[in-house]
Amino acid sequence: MLSLARLAVRVAVCRTAENIQKTTVCCFHRASVSKSSQSTARFEDKPEFPGSRSRYVHKLEFIDPESQEGVPVYRVLNREGKIIDETQDPKLDKDIVMKMYKDMTLLNTMDRVLYESQRQGRISFYMTNYGEEGTHMGSAAALDPGDIVFGQYREAGVLMWRGFTLDEFMNQCYGNMMDKGKGRQMPVHYGSKDLNFVTISSPLATQMPQAAGAAYACKMQQKGHVVICYFGEGAASEGDAHAALNFAAVLDCPIIFFCRNNGYAISTPTKDQYRGDGIAARGPGYGISTVRVDGNDTFAVYNATKAARDICLTQNRPVLIEAMTYRIGHHSTSDDSSAYRSVDEVSYWDQQDNPISRLRHYMLNQGWWDEKAEQEWKLGSRKMVMKAFAEAEGRKKPNPEEMFTDVYDTLPPHLEKQRQAMKEHVLQHKEHYPLEQFDKMT
Amino acid sequence: MALVRTLTSSARPFFLFHRIQGKGTALVTARGVHFSYVPDTPDPGHGTTSRMNLFQSITSALDISLEKDSSAVIFGEDVAFGGVFRCTVGLRDKYGAARVFNSPLSEQGIVAFGIGMAVAGSTAIAEIQFADYIFPAFDQLRNEAAMFRYRTGNLFDSGRLTVRAPCMAVGHGALYHSQSVEAFFAHCPGVKVVIPRGPIQAKGLLLSCVRDNNPCIFLEPKILYRAAIEEVPSGDYELPLGKADVILEGSDVTLIGWGTQVHVLREVAEIAQEKLNVSCELIDLRSILPWDHDTVLASAAKTGRVLISHEAPITMGFSAELAATIQSECFLNLEAPIERVCGYDTPFPHVFEPFYMPDKWRCLEAIKKLVNF
Repeated sequence: MLSLARLAVRVAVCRTAENIQKTTVCCFHRASVSKSSQSTARFEDKPEFPGSRSRYVHKLEFIDPESQEGVPVYRVLNREGKIIDETQDPKLDKDIVMKMYKDMTLLNTMDRVLYESQRQGRISFYMTNYGEEGTHMGSAAALDPGDIVFGQYREAGVLMWRGFTLDEFMNQCYGNMMDKGKGRQMPVHYGSKDLNFVTISSPLATQMPQAAGAAYACKMQQKGHVVICYFGEGAASEGDAHAALNFAAVLDCPIIFFCRNNGYAISTPTKDQYRGDGIAARGPGYGISTVRVDGNDTFAVYNATKAARDICLTQNRPVLIEAMTYRIGHHSTSDDSSAYRSVDEVSYWDQQDNPISRLRHYMLNQGWWDEKAEQEWKLGSRKMVMKAFAEAEGRKKPNPEEMFTDVYDTLPPHLEKQRQAMKEHVLQHKEHYPLEQFDKMT
Repeated sequence: MALVRTLTSSARPFFLFHRIQGKGTALVTARGVHFSYVPDTPDPGHGTTSRMNLFQSITSALDISLEKDSSAVIFGEDVAFGGVFRCTVGLRDKYGAARVFNSPLSEQGIVAFGIGMAVAGSTAIAEIQFADYIFPAFDQLRNEAAMFRYRTGNLFDSGRLTVRAPCMAVGHGALYHSQSVEAFFAHCPGVKVVIPRGPIQAKGLLLSCVRDNNPCIFLEPKILYRAAIEEVPSGDYELPLGKADVILEGSDVTLIGWGTQVHVLREVAEIAQEKLNVSCELIDLRSILPWDHDTVLASAAKTGRVLISHEAPITMGFSAELAATIQSECFLNLEAPIERVCGYDTPFPHVFEPFYMPDKWRCLEAIKKLVNF
């Protein structure tokens, strides 16, 4: 109220002054004009610097980050799958919880099969999602299917939740002629227009400021959709991460920044990545509502994401969620994490604090699941995965001419020339090119 | 920042994106190495040698840099445990965490931090995990490192900075683990751009870059890290920057390449001799910026026929600069229009890589055109 009153006085004074002075002069002299008509003390007790919203102090004191308590970790389920505080029970239907569990375990099975297939040289590369399944399903379930997803690369579960089929995953990993990305990207670079999941790009954090822009577009289009942007704690060190958070805050974008803090950026542990209290501690600095959750607690992730979505939609503001979790698998098939972390450390998270077993405990407690169902599902889901795998492997790669399409919306003359040259050359020297693995050229 | 980064622990060998546990280079070949590697012979003047692959010869150069220059530091993403391509293995243990350290995940940060160290008088050796990820640092390299000396009237400079980055195709790297970025930096007066073709060259050229008084970008063909093995001089030696290397002498056609493509062209030269009875002179350009006009123009004047080949897209690839200069300086010597066999003007595609590459068959066709003109 005080500041409002002050503003009114200031405006009044300025307007009076405008009658006799140029606007710019008025602005420069605003403070002194104001002073003359107000008590000096009122303006000295609060800083008047543009954007300032604090007070003056008269003793020299630095803000000591060590003296501040860390951002707490929100949790709903304990490790035994029991709800800790009943008021926080998301009261999800059995069907939803079952879908969460089945997708988490199906993702696990798919990861195992594709990881092994890379080891056998059948696909060129793979990245597993082990240990982070709770962050995927918990967040995906809390969103509207129309909300746009900008992912990093370890969010296959989000896509699975939305209905990306095993066939679609496998086709992409093989880069075959059914791959929606037309065989151009490495495995795990999924994307789906139908499922509002923007295709993954390898460079880190580039999707973050893009996601803020997409959220701004959502706000302008007023369709009731938000954007969710996934990224890792390592990617948060990129300049793009700063731009993303700042743009989203300044431009009031309805976006959920979802950080999967899994402890490692390849080999780099968080202690070499940042010195503050993780990623969550940065949120308030940008003016962004922030929460830190136990990422291995699917319900905590669900509640946080659902509430975040409400804030985005009702207040047109960004939200930052930091989900604490652990990357149980190697970074990728190119990595051997035993070179930089102990097997004991990994098995602790795998055995003691695993999102899948926590949700299973909950389902067992509810009487929704038992050993028999588990065994049946394990066998059944593996069969589904193997079937999709075999089919994808049997499909040919796309027509090599697809190399030239989509560089632009239409093929410009120079690329048409290059396409022709490639085709003629390859057909003349068939014996040197693996044409039998590819769909026929036109 | 790499999505895909590769590593090899000493106990469990990996190669690039593909683990080849205990299979040596066999699987590498199976996964699309598109050339045969012919090892260089070490200069007897450089002393005793030991067997090293490319990443080990890089480690050796870094080791010597740290040992002989107490101001030198090495940093980048995942550098502390040895780097995803194993180029810094053992250096942290030997020289301490203050001199060999992980950086946070930010390429612009890495390069700028290195510029700052260089400006303040230290030797900075920065690693960008993949050349494909160097672009967030483009501003720092182009507007800062390259221009520091010029804009300050030589009051300050970033000459003690060297940026290393793995580059070029690897068989399955797709858009973001395959790029050849040399042409972007060739357009930045003030930096030096160097690309070695093998272990002996890499060690000598890297030591020269580290000690050169100008900021250097050192691009390492990643497919050679393990595939290229040579007897490398164990001690300290430098190879000249700005000087091309004539690898094969010939009389009919000049072949110019750098990095991995040198090996493709070497094979092309052999086939051309056998099948077409064409004698090729093979030049490894080595330094992209500044490049060796004398060697290139002398060869072009001699043979009158030139083929330039690189993996980067043909439009505005560095071959364009070479071709323009050659035609201007050697116009009357030329017997045929200069041929360029390069990547197509598309992003680097995953499954289409065999069709995208400027392979030996495309190069041979170009030689036929040159001699039949």
